[in-house]
Amino acid sequence: MKRTVSGDPEPKGWLGLAFILPGFLFILVLFLIPLAMTIWMSFYNWPLLGRRKFIGLENYVELLGDTQLWNSLGFTMLYTVLVTAAIFAVAFPLALFVDKPLRSAGFFRTIYFMPVVIGFGAASTLWMWLLNPDSGVFAQILRGIGLISSAPRPLESFWPAMAVIILMVVWKTAGFTMVILLTGLQSISNDVIEAAKIDGAGVFARFRRITLPLMRNSLVLALVLNVTSSMLAFDQFFIITQGGPENSTISAVFSIYLASFSSYRLGYGSALSFVLLVVLVAISAIQFVLLRDRPEES
Amino acid sequence: MSGPSPRSNDASAGERLGQWLFLIVSLLLAIFFVMPIVWSVANSFKPAAEALANPAALFSKAFSLENYRRLEHVGAGWYVYAGNSVMIAIGTVVLTVLVAVPAGYGFSKFRFPGQSLLFVLIMATMMIPFQSILTPLFLILTFLGLQNNLVGLVLIYVTFQLPFSVFMMRNAFDAVPRALIEAARIDGASQITILRRIMLPIALPGVATVALFAFLNSWNEFLAALIFLSDQNKFTLPIMLVNVSSGLYGIIDWGALQAGIVVTMIPCIILFLLLQRYYVRGLTAGAVK
Repeated sequence: MKRTVSGDPEPKGWLGLAFILPGFLFILVLFLIPLAMTIWMSFYNWPLLGRRKFIGLENYVELLGDTQLWNSLGFTMLYTVLVTAAIFAVAFPLALFVDKPLRSAGFFRTIYFMPVVIGFGAASTLWMWLLNPDSGVFAQILRGIGLISSAPRPLESFWPAMAVIILMVVWKTAGFTMVILLTGLQSISNDVIEAAKIDGAGVFARFRRITLPLMRNSLVLALVLNVTSSMLAFDQFFIITQGGPENSTISAVFSIYLASFSSYRLGYGSALSFVLLVVLVAISAIQFVLLRDRPEES
Repeated sequence: MSGPSPRSNDASAGERLGQWLFLIVSLLLAIFFVMPIVWSVANSFKPAAEALANPAALFSKAFSLENYRRLEHVGAGWYVYAGNSVMIAIGTVVLTVLVAVPAGYGFSKFRFPGQSLLFVLIMATMMIPFQSILTPLFLILTFLGLQNNLVGLVLIYVTFQLPFSVFMMRNAFDAVPRALIEAARIDGASQITILRRIMLPIALPGVATVALFAFLNSWNEFLAALIFLSDQNKFTLPIMLVNVSSGLYGIIDWGALQAGIVVTMIPCIILFLLLQRYYVRGLTAGAVK
């Protein structure tokens, strides 16, 4: 039996490779190969049935002039900015609010978190019902208070549709961001806060100078997770707005879906996917830059 | 704050006021988060006429299962879709655990050349979402004969569950003290025995976290199920919901939809309430690394 240098955790290092191999096979066949194929396919005219044809950069040329695509990318970014801001605006106060060693705070944390475990499919159909003008709860309540006379139809114009989608997503995901921010808040030791209090720092100064910088990691993590998942939003637009009104709420993933699985232009769909992928990797790269230059570490 | 009244009395009054304020605001927020779920469950048990007349009411005079019965006639029947969802979720959980536990062990307790490259490759799956490789995945599944097949969908879910799961399991195994393993090895325990008798019991909470996330994510996943399943009786619950919500001849059966939503979301909520500890552990694993 061959022994490696002392201090090595295991005498038989290669055995570890055997343990990892099944997992790596999954990644290879269903992630790395399709990833390479995305790039390869984007150079082809690739119908579902029939013969594929190499067309070089033609898909990318078409993509440059595809107004619907640019509209959907613009829409996705607008949605990402608005929904991320809305989620933080709700989740941050929630996190500060439930950051108490009380039993009741734990109970409310659970309640606020509950919608997170419901899928986007179920949540979207649930909100479709809540919002529908005929038998929806919102219409009935608003009419009951006398706020409106006829039921609102928010899905018929762009901004109301955007507003109700954001409301739904905040309801469903604010608890998630709350827990991540809470982890950051709880990692700050009480001594630091107490010391600042003794030095006469006010509530806002303490928050800005101590709390925010010290929970930087969980802030960045919450930001990145929210931005990424919003950039990839699909379910709520497919189910609630169905891309409408007038195709104004077709998200980026939605347009990939339409190209590949509705028009069956697999090559063009791959080109769209690659562009989205580059945008997302760029966002991830920005995240790493943000994470790397930590001022407090010396 | 000012005034001649004794300080301690003043503080306790303010404290009590603060506690009341906390309770009232918490309750209002709780209503916002919990009411949509409550309304959905309440309406699923109402007869159609009553649900239409008064959707916001929480209790109805007539308790009825007619919505659930009508859901039996949606497509292949809701229990077929529920069965598919259960099979996919169980398949994903079992396979994810079977693949991720050894992989986490391999990354935690062994050293071999190229290991960090492998780790980065697996973690990269977290950065590049599966939405951007859907088109070739469709071709690969067709090539493997697994398109429109529950097994194919399970394989995809397992793949995209792996980075998180391997990461979780590696951290779980990292927590096992090396001295314990050394002692067992000196006593002549084999690799498998060490993994089974010493490592697993300590890493078990990590396994629970991995399993819970695999269940919830595969149960709730929508886009891949929409694309890769084309056969009516292979659909999962979220696909069934969308079919009900898009209506038949332009008429949406809201009652049946409510029943479907309840069937889809209640298992997730129950699992979460039971295993909350493990869910939060999974979330914070990312936050504190």
